[in-house]
Amino acid sequence: MTTEIRPDRGAAAIDVRDLHKQFGDNEVLKGIDFHIDNGQVVCVIGPSGSGKSTLLRCVNMLETPTKGQIFVEGEEITDPDADVDRLRSRIGMVFQQFNLFPHMTVLRNLCIAQEKVKGRSRAEAVEVARRNLAKVGLAERESAYPAHLSGGQQQRVAIARSLSMDPDMMLFDEPTSALDPELVGDVLAVMKDLASEGMTMMVVTHEIGFAREVGDKLVFMDDGVIVEEGDPRQVLANPQHERTQAFLSKVL
Amino acid sequence: MASPRQRAARARYIQYAVLVAVVVAAAFLMDWAQIQRAFFNIEVARDMFPRVLTIALKNTVIYTACAFAFGLALGVVLALMRLSSVGPYRWIATGIIEFFRGVPALVVFLAIGTGVPTAFPGREIPGDVLGQVTVALGLVGGAYMAETIRAGIQAVPKGQLEAARSLGMSHGRAMVSVVIPQAFRIILPPLTNELILLTKDSSLVYVLGVYLETQELTKFGRETMNTTSSLTALVVVGFCYLLITIPLAIIVRRMEHRAERAR
Repeated sequence: MTTEIRPDRGAAAIDVRDLHKQFGDNEVLKGIDFHIDNGQVVCVIGPSGSGKSTLLRCVNMLETPTKGQIFVEGEEITDPDADVDRLRSRIGMVFQQFNLFPHMTVLRNLCIAQEKVKGRSRAEAVEVARRNLAKVGLAERESAYPAHLSGGQQQRVAIARSLSMDPDMMLFDEPTSALDPELVGDVLAVMKDLASEGMTMMVVTHEIGFAREVGDKLVFMDDGVIVEEGDPRQVLANPQHERTQAFLSKVL
Repeated sequence: MASPRQRAARARYIQYAVLVAVVVAAAFLMDWAQIQRAFFNIEVARDMFPRVLTIALKNTVIYTACAFAFGLALGVVLALMRLSSVGPYRWIATGIIEFFRGVPALVVFLAIGTGVPTAFPGREIPGDVLGQVTVALGLVGGAYMAETIRAGIQAVPKGQLEAARSLGMSHGRAMVSVVIPQAFRIILPPLTNELILLTKDSSLVYVLGVYLETQELTKFGRETMNTTSSLTALVVVGFCYLLITIPLAIIVRRMEHRAERAR
């Protein structure tokens, strides 16, 4: 059951059309078409080097595509005249390496972009920040510096930092890959909460269990193309493509 | 046959013995009375106060602080130009940096002091001696600091800029709020070095033709030496320099320690 691609659909949260990305002679993305509806949780899996992280980073233009278009809620972010900064402020991003600002306290990490980008007052920003810290279960660590937190706590702070911008959607780039195994669960729990609240999410991950349990759609990528996509439970239980079968037999 | 530990102990004793021998030999060979007369003449030293502090030390600190502030601002601008994606900016910055790093500071002082008035008749850099020192020393210091700052910016992990940009910050905002503050933590030790070098290079102000009120430590020391025929002035001046640089080193070590805890 592969989902139809609807190029006419403007209301999709993310709509990617014929996306190509080349690093030098190396073509990493070879024509990607896919979309995410509002409120959908889409998990992207695939072997390393398959281009899944590059695809994710193209969506908020951390990588500039070589060719193709990306629409975010109907606005073309790949348009040379697009206000990329404004669009990015509506797209939360969580990195594998957390990328918290080490010279700021947790609270400051959550407030800085609210104040400098959204123009919120200090008091307003702090209020939003505290609400989001409570949500990820770290209300009592607001005055700590990132270095004093565990990896799992840092990643939850990073999620709270993105949420504090009130994004319409969230991108996750292998959010649990840098964590010790016993810390993965806390981060996944926060992500599950987000999904159940109806957040639109695109998750590049190796957590097959998370994809099966939380995902609305599973995308399997290999060698720069989408090989197979569809309902996670069906794709995982009954992969149609040979390359999907080979990959799943290794990771499951 | 001696064990490695015994051999290490023996090597250590030999090193102590050499040290003691050198000190004893020096003490015998030196003419202590002569040294005391030449370098530690209490009368001469006493006469230098309070002017050595109220004029000379004060001026050295002011010259250095102004030149460092100007140099730091220039250094940040040059560093950002070096990292710019606009070719001409990079070339201009590289040219300025290489020129002022390559030319002796003394030559820059002479160029500012005599070259500028010659090239632009009737005009001069505002602020008298202080203005000229700030520009001359700032140019030299800025050229050195630019490369340090550039290295510092490049040492900040790429993910920091990406995280800031993904939150919607513009490139400039991300640099100011996220990247540059972290770069300065990384380059605090080399910047301190530069500040200490500038403190000493401020002595080159003598080529600009200073009068009594604008003398800094070295000039003041030389004048005193000429009038008293005693080397004591140099000792006093030397201690005054240490009075600036040692507290500076201590402050920076504290700052580093604090930054370390936040890491």
